[in-house]
Amino acid sequence: MSALAFRDVELALGGRSVLAGVNLAIEAGEFIALLGGNGAGKTTLLRAALGLVAPRRGSISVFGQPAARGNPAIGYMPQSRSIPPSLRLSGRDFVACAVDGARWGLPLPGRAARAEVERVLDLVGAADLARRPLAELSGGERQRLLLAQALLDQPRLLLLDEPLMSLDPSRQAGVVDLVASLQRRLGVTVLFSAHDLNPLLPVMDRVLYVGNRQAALGTVEAVITPAVLSRLYGTPIEVVRAGGHIFVAAGGLDLARDTHGCGESAHGHAHSHRHDGHRHDGHRHDGPTEAADA
Amino acid sequence: MLDYAFMRNAFAAAAIVALVAGPVGYFLVLRGQTFAGHALAHIGFTGATGAFLLGIPPLWGLLGMTLAAGVVIGLLGEDLAQRDVAIGLVLALALGFGFLFLHFVTSFATQATALLFGNVLAVDPATVWSLLGLGILALAALGAIARPLLFASLQPELAQARGVSLRLIAALFLAIVAFATAEAAQIVGVLLVFTLMVGPAAAALRLTRRVGAGVLVAAALALLQAWGGLALAYETDWPASFWITALSGLVYAAAVLAGSWRAVAARGARA
Ligand SMILES: Nc1ncnc2c1ncn2[C@@H]1O[C@H](COP(=O)(O)OP(=O)(O)OP(=O)(O)O)[C@@H](O)[C@H]1O
Ligand SMILES: [Mg+2]
Repeated sequence: MSALAFRDVELALGGRSVLAGVNLAIEAGEFIALLGGNGAGKTTLLRAALGLVAPRRGSISVFGQPAARGNPAIGYMPQSRSIPPSLRLSGRDFVACAVDGARWGLPLPGRAARAEVERVLDLVGAADLARRPLAELSGGERQRLLLAQALLDQPRLLLLDEPLMSLDPSRQAGVVDLVASLQRRLGVTVLFSAHDLNPLLPVMDRVLYVGNRQAALGTVEAVITPAVLSRLYGTPIEVVRAGGHIFVAAGGLDLARDTHGCGESAHGHAHSHRHDGHRHDGHRHDGPTEAADA
Repeated sequence: MLDYAFMRNAFAAAAIVALVAGPVGYFLVLRGQTFAGHALAHIGFTGATGAFLLGIPPLWGLLGMTLAAGVVIGLLGEDLAQRDVAIGLVLALALGFGFLFLHFVTSFATQATALLFGNVLAVDPATVWSLLGLGILALAALGAIARPLLFASLQPELAQARGVSLRLIAALFLAIVAFATAEAAQIVGVLLVFTLMVGPAAAALRLTRRVGAGVLVAAALALLQAWGGLALAYETDWPASFWITALSGLVYAAAVLAGSWRAVAARGARA
């Protein structure tokens, strides 16, 4: 039984088709990197698995059950971080609001609920952090609380929507290692969306790449190829491997600019063409983001 | 001061209203919906003037109108930017009608002032009982939805994934806000509802880190303001509504100062 299976799925938002003809099966225990440019449909795909976007065609199943809202087998970390910057609520209360959060009544956590909150905070090493008010936490620290929240009630499938957003490279590696170790310890399946493949390379099993209304699932060798990516971006794509990293670039333009872009180093060009504002990662490249925009 | 029946009524009414407005206000500020609360109060003015026209008690006209508006605003949807525009438009439309009703009602000046700025010293025992009934209803409803309300306020997308209907919660919550607004308007008038509902709650959110403590502090501060205002009004013969707003401003300023002082102290401790 697959952890997550799409059968001939079409997803539409506001009448516009975002993804069509998607067939895929993710097996239990896998670590899948979900990649694609801005607006490719990563968030939409995750929300469909949660039952928040009903497929226009086809069917989606999670551990053999049709995708539906309120599925306790799924843990979810949304992309939009809605915590108001000045909120002085403690991290612990923030995490705790999700325990049985859908049930009516007063939010007075019982002994079991409090123990569950401590368990997930310990899992991400945030037990001390959670005493402090949210307003005084950094982006990376809040990210850890959000991860803890996604782990509540022992989900078997973790859907993480861009956990690396606005983190510096060393924090990115920290989050990736944390998720990978959680995956091993808890035996969960992970679907991890990101804009850059490289931080995930050491830990991921397969990659799910979306773009051009299509999706491709497979090993890095099978998916991160000029042929597949050119189809997904609808424009010629080059793939360059160097020093254990993989650079994806649109028709040589990206790499050509590299040599005399920002000037300081061969890696500096990341600043010159990143428009999404999410990351300021100085040495990793995700050219296709731009290719998709162009 | 409690020898007078009208003072006893006023203290009872103020206590009931404060204990409702504080906790409801806590969630209102937490959700960033203070504009909706503000608008509901002003929309209530139209309901009350309409009630005068029809010859029914203004409290019920006020409640009916805020309730209808609250549910509509809640159902309008999640998009915050659009929501503010929609609320503003509904508010302007309602106030226009309120002005029209005023035009038809003659000899209305004193009631209009009471409606706008409150007249807590004129509260009769029957009104106190109405306030108590409405207040219990509002707090019971708030208690019933508090858990999904908190979840939907802090983590809307996760709450939705877990099966919470954001729209239903928003509509139910604004219906509760409508009750609290109708109550508070009896004490401080529709123009000054903010002072009991938002002032203490915003201060409580700055002073506390736990939800439970925040709700209790908000209620306590609202009570302090309401009773303090009444006592000062009795001593000075100035309007109670004035003193309540003055205390509200003071309490909020003190909470802000406490926050900055804490920040400075923390910096000093680190250095
Ligand atoms: N409410 C909506 N109505 C119509 N189209 C929408 C709506 N919301 C999103 N879209 C479109 O759906 C597409 C997929 O969006 P989605 O958020 O899934 O992309 P994404 O891959 O997560 O992008 P990002 O990397 O920026 O987060 C986008 O092209 C977007 O413009
Ligand atoms: Mg997204």
